[in-house]
Amino acid sequence: MRRGLLWIPLAVFVLLLAVAAFTLRHPADPTIASRLVGKPMPDFALAPSQPGRPGLATADLKRGQPRLVNVFASWCIPCRIEAPVLTMLKERGVPIDAIAVRDRAEDVARFLAENGDPFDRIGDDPRTRVQFALGSSGVPETFLVDGKGIIRLQHIGPIAPQEADELYRAWRSAK
Amino acid sequence: MRRATAGLALAFLLVAAPLAAQPTMPSSPLAFTQLPDPKQEAEAKALMETLRCLVCQGQSIADSNADMAADMRALVRERIQAGEKPEAIRRWLIERYGEYVSYRPPVEPLTWPLWGAPLVLLALGLFLARGRFRKARG
Amino acid sequence: MIAEAGLAALWLAAAFSLLQFLAGWMAVAQFVPAGGGEGDHSAGGPPPHPTMGRHESAGHTVSVEEPAPSDVARLVRPIVVAQAVFAGLAFLLLIQLFLRTDLSVELVAANSHSMKPWLYKFAGAWGNHEGSMLLWVTVLAVAGAAVALLERSLNERTLLATLAAQAFIGLGFYAFLLFASNPFRRLVPAPIEGNGLNPLLQDPGLAFHPPTLYFGYVGVSIAFSFAVGALVTRDVGPAFARAMRPWVLAAWIFLTIGITAGSYWAYYELGWGGWWFWDPVENASLMPWLAATALLHSVTVLATRDSLRAWTVMLAVVAFSMSMIGTFLVRSGILTSVHAFAVDPRRGAFILILLALYIGGALTLFGLRVGTVKEGSQFEVVSREGALVLNNLLLTVLLGLVLIGTLYPLVTEAMGVKVSVGPPYFNSAAGPIALLLVLAMAAGPLLRWRRDRLKEALRRLAVPTAIGLIAVTLVLLLAPGIGLLPLLGLILAFAVGAASVAPLWKRNLRRTPLFVWGMVVAHLGIAVSLAGMASESAFTKERLLAARVGDTVAVGPYHVRFAAVEPIAGPNWTAIEATLVATRGGSSFTLHPQSRMFSAPPTETSETAIETVLDGQLYTVLGKSDETGRWQLRLWWKPFVTLIWLGGFLVGLGGFLALVGRVWRAWRSRRRSLEEAWA
Repeated sequence: MRRGLLWIPLAVFVLLLAVAAFTLRHPADPTIASRLVGKPMPDFALAPSQPGRPGLATADLKRGQPRLVNVFASWCIPCRIEAPVLTMLKERGVPIDAIAVRDRAEDVARFLAENGDPFDRIGDDPRTRVQFALGSSGVPETFLVDGKGIIRLQHIGPIAPQEADELYRAWRSAK
Repeated sequence: MRRATAGLALAFLLVAAPLAAQPTMPSSPLAFTQLPDPKQEAEAKALMETLRCLVCQGQSIADSNADMAADMRALVRERIQAGEKPEAIRRWLIERYGEYVSYRPPVEPLTWPLWGAPLVLLALGLFLARGRFRKARG
Repeated sequence: MIAEAGLAALWLAAAFSLLQFLAGWMAVAQFVPAGGGEGDHSAGGPPPHPTMGRHESAGHTVSVEEPAPSDVARLVRPIVVAQAVFAGLAFLLLIQLFLRTDLSVELVAANSHSMKPWLYKFAGAWGNHEGSMLLWVTVLAVAGAAVALLERSLNERTLLATLAAQAFIGLGFYAFLLFASNPFRRLVPAPIEGNGLNPLLQDPGLAFHPPTLYFGYVGVSIAFSFAVGALVTRDVGPAFARAMRPWVLAAWIFLTIGITAGSYWAYYELGWGGWWFWDPVENASLMPWLAATALLHSVTVLATRDSLRAWTVMLAVVAFSMSMIGTFLVRSGILTSVHAFAVDPRRGAFILILLALYIGGALTLFGLRVGTVKEGSQFEVVSREGALVLNNLLLTVLLGLVLIGTLYPLVTEAMGVKVSVGPPYFNSAAGPIALLLVLAMAAGPLLRWRRDRLKEALRRLAVPTAIGLIAVTLVLLLAPGIGLLPLLGLILAFAVGAASVAPLWKRNLRRTPLFVWGMVVAHLGIAVSLAGMASESAFTKERLLAARVGDTVAVGPYHVRFAAVEPIAGPNWTAIEATLVATRGGSSFTLHPQSRMFSAPPTETSETAIETVLDGQLYTVLGKSDETGRWQLRLWWKPFVTLIWLGGFLVGLGGFLALVGRVWRAWRSRRRSLEEAWA
């Protein structure tokens, strides 16, 4: 065996060490982001979740004004945590629509009564179809959609109070 | 923990689903029943075994108890029943979730080392091994 | 007190490990062969006595006159035993803490519960990171003691170097335990109740699968230490190989059984009928097994033909390296897996440093020293050595593929892209190579050593090939639609099964050495397992449905009636249990799958109900009920699936037969030479 070849295993090992060390220092982000950020909203039309309030369709998001779309569910605990933040954003003038995933109307009504109701429209997504179509992999998630129906931003997880400002600014600049 | 389904992502707890933070509505029936046409069901099953459950610790949607996996199974079966090709469904999911959702890595420059590895390793091994032998006699 | 005693025992074991390393080093340094540097006679000790005659084969490079052991050398063995005793004591004390559910110990509070059945209190001791790490060092210490006490045929200097290397490995892990993963840490104030053990682990499999695997993982460390010892003393030859072989066999047997048990556990526990998922941690157990299998075969070539020296040493280093990499992957959290312990990147960094030290050190030693190890005799391509080289090659390629596939997502993640590498990749990349390997396994034992003629070799394979052709015809006639890989698997299983028994043809079976029986049984086991895998993949029948009580479903040859559904309770769980009556022809039996709810931690699991019959298994699972009162049922008919694990068991049994055969032979020849010496 030629001398040089003897050192190949060590070289390969050092490479592995480098990769492992790098990954330890920069741990992977466990969230899976949607690949539709920057692309148009997919076409959908959801029936209303609550009586007396319209459902959500793609056309509603192309009316020239940027909006937030909040994907939530009544059985989702972090959704309750972010509810006050959404209310606050609504009070600052940000229009918010919602998609209720795998939920019954009465449970959603109870959730809204208990946690506040900042939504203009709530679409009913009983079989997660639209959630999949959006590339969303859990609840809660919030999408910023501009006036032309292009997804500008995806926020994964509940919106913390300190993140609300950033989201507001993003909404302003999406006009 | 950032969201309800992240509860399922605690190490160890992926199959045994925690009792809190679960949808109260039952899944679509096609999540747990087979398609009536066996060929379609076979196609669907083959596809489901190569799609990754997004909220689990490394399982395909065919092997997972998670609700999102169940919904994805229903999606796959519905679309196959409607006549869509498995590859088209996989493409659709990859367009939304990235290559992560497919257990079959793509064949592109990023993964050439991966797909080329069998041949490269074999060739390397044969090269190293040829020094062992001496010429056959007669 | 028990926890403090355990910690003290652990410290003592670590201290003995340090002593072992230092004493071993000194003893090796003093053992300079005649003609080399300074003398080596013990100062003021008893007069040196002649050592027992050792009959080495020609080509061995030890000096003819064995220098007498120095004082330091004589100390090494007792130190090794002391280390093992204290490590074992520490582990037993940890088990005691778990059995008593001593909630003032942090580990027990985090992982146990007073209401758990005693088996899971016992096995729960190693169902977590710290406890399993303690098991690791205990097995490491006990393995070292076994080598010190039982190894008789190895040259003393190499043995001392081996023990020193083993202690060196131990030092790192003791440090890891004592400074970063103390299993005996107290929790003040003690909680009223523990967190409980994850229900998925509350299964007899926990008592069996991890310890077996750990004996395997850590047993391979012996081979590693042997290799390092041999490199240090430049003693790589047939005697070294013969000495190392039983240890490699023993570790390999444990790995085989451990992996087989793990596969079966996952199969019946997870509830969807899968038995191998190419999960990173499963791969982490497969990689040492592949390396150890290659090492096993390589060691035999070295022992009998004095060839493949560098390969053998390299494989020994690689096998343990794979063990350590597996440890790192499971505990560092860099890969997502069902098996991953709750992790802390700091611990990952610690293990990474240990990895760099041990593997990097060994590979550097390899690069520096192996060039001076003269290569042994050569052989032709068509020969048993040639087949074994092909075997090594294919196993190493498989190892490389599994390693690359497992780590590739890390590499792409570092570049910002997430990919998933799963069964589609592994099956299509590793499958064909594994089939090639099985072919080599069929032909190899029928080839002659050093050189053989291709035509004659093919003639010997005529009968197995004929059986293979018959199998092709039968399978294609009876099951026309099956996929290519299962088809090849089935055909090869039959052909290779026949070929594996071929070495016994034309032999006097009672005089055939036990290790030949071992080889036959092990190779047959591979063929059997392959048949099971192919059959499961090709012929499984699945029924998933929502059923009402009273419905009957057909699955495979069975009609299954959903007779009843009712709540029941167990020691620490409640469940809904279904009663299924399965009928086939005239016979019938009852199955009771359950959907269980645990309260600490609150989780839901499904307990499968499996009935094993001669030609397969009926696998049943109960799911949730929907709003209309129907229950999800999952039913599978898996023909011949048990062959997978039966084959695995046969492989382990074959290894055991080979081990007993070799050890008995060595013992018998030692006794004979003793009798001759004193006659």
